[in-house]
Amino acid sequence: MWELIRANRRKSIALFIVMGLMLMVLGYLIGEAYWPRGGGVGGLAVALLVWGIWSLVGYFAGDSILLKSSGAKQVTPDVHPQLFNVVEEMKIASGLSHMPKVYIIDSPAPNAFAIGRTPEKCSIAVTAGLLAILNRDELQGVVAHETAHIHNRDIQFMTYAGIMLGTVVLISHMFLRSLWFSGGRSSRYRSRSGNRNSGQGQAIVMVVAIVFAILAPIMARLLYLAISRRREYLADASGARFTRYPEGLASALEKISGSKEDLKTANKVTAPMYIVNPLKGKGKKLANLSSTHPPITERIRILRSMAGGAGYADYQSAYEKVHGKKSSVLPQSALADKSAVPVLIPGQEEMAGAGQKSSRREFGDVVRAVNQYLFLFCAGCGLKIKVPPEFKKKQFPCPRCKTQIEVPLAEMATVGAVLESVDQGRQETQKDYDMVYRRKRSEWESFRCNCGKTIQLSPHFSGNYLDCSNCRRKIKIELPQI
Amino acid sequence: MLGYIIVIGLIIVAAMFVIGAYNSLVRLRNQVKNSWSQIDVQLKRRHDLIPNLVETAKGYMKHERETLENITEARSKAMGADSVKEASKAESELSGAVSKFFVVVENYPDLKANQNFLSLQEELTSTENKIAFARQSYNDQVLFFNNKIQMFPSNVIAGMFNFKEADYFEVETQAERDVPKVDFGD
Ligand SMILES: [Zn+2]
Ligand SMILES: [Zn+2]
Repeated sequence: MWELIRANRRKSIALFIVMGLMLMVLGYLIGEAYWPRGGGVGGLAVALLVWGIWSLVGYFAGDSILLKSSGAKQVTPDVHPQLFNVVEEMKIASGLSHMPKVYIIDSPAPNAFAIGRTPEKCSIAVTAGLLAILNRDELQGVVAHETAHIHNRDIQFMTYAGIMLGTVVLISHMFLRSLWFSGGRSSRYRSRSGNRNSGQGQAIVMVVAIVFAILAPIMARLLYLAISRRREYLADASGARFTRYPEGLASALEKISGSKEDLKTANKVTAPMYIVNPLKGKGKKLANLSSTHPPITERIRILRSMAGGAGYADYQSAYEKVHGKKSSVLPQSALADKSAVPVLIPGQEEMAGAGQKSSRREFGDVVRAVNQYLFLFCAGCGLKIKVPPEFKKKQFPCPRCKTQIEVPLAEMATVGAVLESVDQGRQETQKDYDMVYRRKRSEWESFRCNCGKTIQLSPHFSGNYLDCSNCRRKIKIELPQI
Repeated sequence: MLGYIIVIGLIIVAAMFVIGAYNSLVRLRNQVKNSWSQIDVQLKRRHDLIPNLVETAKGYMKHERETLENITEARSKAMGADSVKEASKAESELSGAVSKFFVVVENYPDLKANQNFLSLQEELTSTENKIAFARQSYNDQVLFFNNKIQMFPSNVIAGMFNFKEADYFEVETQAERDVPKVDFGD
């Protein structure tokens, strides 16, 4: 494993040297173009200063800036126990020494990212939309991919390479803009100050600087993208290895790519950090060259072609199968790991079609929990009840079984009084259900779902609905008429 | 004179070798212990969760006394195990009993709709996963350690100081496949 991280680091250093040289040449040329004879050194210094400040900011505050600007909120395990469990599972599977902090972004666009200066101080953020549409295995796949970025030390690379790229882009942009606005004046000033010869030389320097200022950001971007895309493949491969279940991530990517939502808090600089490109609308035509991520459909196809096992070698051969040619996508050090990693066979396939309706309810739950709602469970029937922060009564009867429920007021702010329960508070319309069954008596009884599956009801059944275990139809159960 | 120097030199080299090999054996044994404690935490967690699960399910599953008794029995057997070998056998039986239980639960929609039950099911699923992932890294450590004990020349030192091979934590493949899966958002 250490081999893999070392190989990653070597590649990063090579990239940083090339990009750093580009930045320095750019600064020098611009300096020379503006202030002939000696201005180059000044320009170089300015370029390095800008880069140095950005890097310091990125080092000390990079994660908090990204987390804040994306609207992520740190959450405690009770907000979403399953998410915490899955993160901890992946921490164990990848052998990380510390548990990453967990953030939820209040956005319906399904996406996720990991950020942090060191593996010990890392955070994983997922959107509420992601939690809403993925089942457990899929969520595990996504978290595994993000954990792999932490494990493979990709985050630091993404952050610093992104900052360097940003500096090159910024400086070129400022230079070209300043020419556009003050081009005429500066050339007049120049022709007066120097003789004809140096004026001509100056014009050549200016042209070279302009050409370089146009080309450098493009080259730097292509270089950056080539490597960041490779890291996406590697994170997919590591993720599959950690979970030993490539289908989880494949199916998650499929669901995420089906979403039409744009993540509004993402931008060009932060886009490469996400599991899939959060900016869907832009740059579609140049997808192959200018995308930070490999095409999603290709990532899915590779994961689904991993027939033999869940190891790195299996991912590599799946990649070759999809592309129909021999080419290495993973570093040699990863492939040296020859140990067989068997794929887990899921116990039950039923969750694949888990209904969208219950998911939407879950999405609301998550958003409310992020906004400090209190969740209480009825001691009598187990009903989950959401109590908004404004609720101020000490106790209230359970909407379903009338057991008195105590409200731990200390944990809540006390203004207003609204009670909302999961099942009763919701506007129930017939459309929410695929089928209605009215109970004849409150004893053991059985009926047939429209799919043909026999469903048994016990005398204790007190819910409003149930999901058919065969076809996932949501069946409303009405009480017997007395 | 020269003879003495050579003899003393050889003794020093041999002593350094013994110390080095001994230290690396101790380090590996500690790593094995540490990985085991990672599994142990999760096994204990599972033992704690099961009585709650049985208690919650009891009211709903009047006709499944046998299934519930099997789980309770497998749990107390697993808690009584005091070697890795015994534990791995008892725990895989417990995994089997739990996954059988979750298959039976499919017939009780009202139990499946109970929120207490659902959160217990999530905790148990996650604990099963954590055991499986922690087992992987434990077994890797055991492999390193046992190789060191078996191979020359460290096997000599291991024999001198009575280092014993560690046991793998093995789970029947069947039980591993039956790790219970939860439906998201039900
Ligand atoms: Zn990624
Ligand atoms: Zn109740």
